[in-house]
Amino acid sequence: MPEPRILSFREALREAMAEEMERDPAILLMGEEVGDYGGAYKVSEGLLARFGASRVIDTPIAETGFAGVGIGAAMVGLRPIIEFMTWNFSLTAFDQLVNNAAKLRYMANGQFTLPIVFRGPGGAAHALSAQHSQALEGMFAHVPGLKVVAPATPADGKGLLKAAIRDDNPVCFFESEVMYALKGPVPDGEHVVPLGVAEVKRPGRDVTLVTWSKMVHTALKAAEALAAEGIEAEVLDLRSLRPLDEERLVDSVRRTHRCVVVQEGWPFAGVAAEIVARVTREAFDHLDAPPERVTNLDVPMPYARNLEDIVLPSADRVAATVRRLLGREQPAGAPPRAARAR
Amino acid sequence: MDAQLLLGLYRQMCLCRRFEEASAKAYSQGKISGFLHLYIGQEAVALGAISAAEPTDYIVATYREHAHYLARTGDARGAMAELFGKATGCSGGRGGSMHLFDARQRMLGGWAIVGGHVPIAAGVAFASKYRDEPDVTLCFFGDGTANMGAFHEGLALAGLWKLPVVFICENNQYAMGTPLYRTLAVEDVAVRARGYPMEFEIVNGDDVLEMRDVTRHAVARARKERLPFFIEAKTYRFRGHSMADPAKYRTREEVQRWMERDPIHILAHRIQTLGIATEDQLRALDDEAKAQVQDAVDFADASPFPAPETVSEYVYA
Repeated sequence: MPEPRILSFREALREAMAEEMERDPAILLMGEEVGDYGGAYKVSEGLLARFGASRVIDTPIAETGFAGVGIGAAMVGLRPIIEFMTWNFSLTAFDQLVNNAAKLRYMANGQFTLPIVFRGPGGAAHALSAQHSQALEGMFAHVPGLKVVAPATPADGKGLLKAAIRDDNPVCFFESEVMYALKGPVPDGEHVVPLGVAEVKRPGRDVTLVTWSKMVHTALKAAEALAAEGIEAEVLDLRSLRPLDEERLVDSVRRTHRCVVVQEGWPFAGVAAEIVARVTREAFDHLDAPPERVTNLDVPMPYARNLEDIVLPSADRVAATVRRLLGREQPAGAPPRAARAR
Repeated sequence: MDAQLLLGLYRQMCLCRRFEEASAKAYSQGKISGFLHLYIGQEAVALGAISAAEPTDYIVATYREHAHYLARTGDARGAMAELFGKATGCSGGRGGSMHLFDARQRMLGGWAIVGGHVPIAAGVAFASKYRDEPDVTLCFFGDGTANMGAFHEGLALAGLWKLPVVFICENNQYAMGTPLYRTLAVEDVAVRARGYPMEFEIVNGDDVLEMRDVTRHAVARARKERLPFFIEAKTYRFRGHSMADPAKYRTREEVQRWMERDPIHILAHRIQTLGIATEDQLRALDDEAKAQVQDAVDFADASPFPAPETVSEYVYA
């Protein structure tokens, strides 16, 4: 077992790309400011010097153009990594991802593989308002033909990105602006986390908090607070939304008998709704309470900090939801229950 | 003039024409469903262009791509079976008329959202350049594409990165059911290539030899200089946008005027004028094409539908 080192999330992602590019000359990185500038969030810093301008390619601001170029290149055997400066901008390339990348293999009856990774940060950072704060992974997870990955730790970031690059399907890889500086142990060298395998980040017996990406940390914080009240919450990090690890999901809920899905992003027709449906079907007889969701409020993101805090799921809101499911009283002196998502 | 070349092109054009006439008939019989977009009247564009490329050059086309598929593969059976939605179709019955693929012969679709395949074609050319391979990509699209963002982004990147791709605008005068003068602020689509920048040429798309000559020049240049090229072929769609469109937005006189420059007649006339073949010999080639199409229809008719248990195959690799 190689010795883990402490790396930031962005260093872990960079290491994954560098190691894979070293291994396979068909892999290239393309996106806005990934080369000369070093990446808008410095994820690709140093890669241009290491791999040259033919493999670390600065693009114009033209998401439809360079997403499509990546798809065409992947059709004939390259393995592009396409960086969206944020996933918000990917919406201008929605046609490329949904109509082209996701459909090619099926409508050509398996004649093509499409080994391409679309990656970049998603979700809210701080005070970026409505157009720059969207957690869009659910929209892409809706589409058969795409895989969707959303890691929460530097180690998972490295291992899942390596797996995504090696995958022969289009993979949408969701990072987070506010996690790039997050540090954690990361195994050196060959560390590949298979897509579609969830991980228990904290074991517990009273409730399962099902989550992914930066909400894992919100859930862990809530679990910590609940532990002080004698409630043991299990935090299950899905890591991949498609494929979804239904086996570990159902197994956890059957053990804890309660399920709260913690999702950044809107509630309506979201991933959390899908998880609740599956848990209800597969663990119905084991449930002691209806499965619940803690999500963004069903509004575009406001700019004002106090409003933004209300919209986003918080550890307080998660803990309050768990207490309600367990019929526990709010401990004295705790903040009032935040607004519930509908 | 190479007699075999001209006769070969004539035979291919007859095949495309007869194929589409047969598919229109099968559509009216309910054997073909969904959208069926016919290329009748435009055959010289695809056949002239594709005959000018190497068989290893890539083709990326639209949902009006029966002729492109046939020009590259000659596989009338696979195409007709695909239109019938049969398991023996070139896309296994999963694609239909709008999604004809043959990866082995580098026929890369068959894309049915206007404009989206233009950057994809640039990407295929990008891969050729990246791997230092000599192949050129031919990208076909209609005049209606010229207002789409994806068209402009694809051209912008091909121009910026000097990609070996030949863009071929099949200007058939109508964006679906709306005439060009109401949808395009310029008279020629080709002038839009100027700003990317890329050399362009406007050709008579009803003359298969002119189409072939210009494409040969464009392909040679793309291969040698690694530069994109833009061809605008002026042509005309004899039928409606799809089988659902009776094309009532144009006069009989207008259609008649264009049908007088039917690309197959133009080529036949040239072959006869040059003394390469007689009318009877040309009729024999057409009969051959008809027989090949009938065989394709019979094959499609007799083929099975895809097995139900395969419905979830090929979503993921």
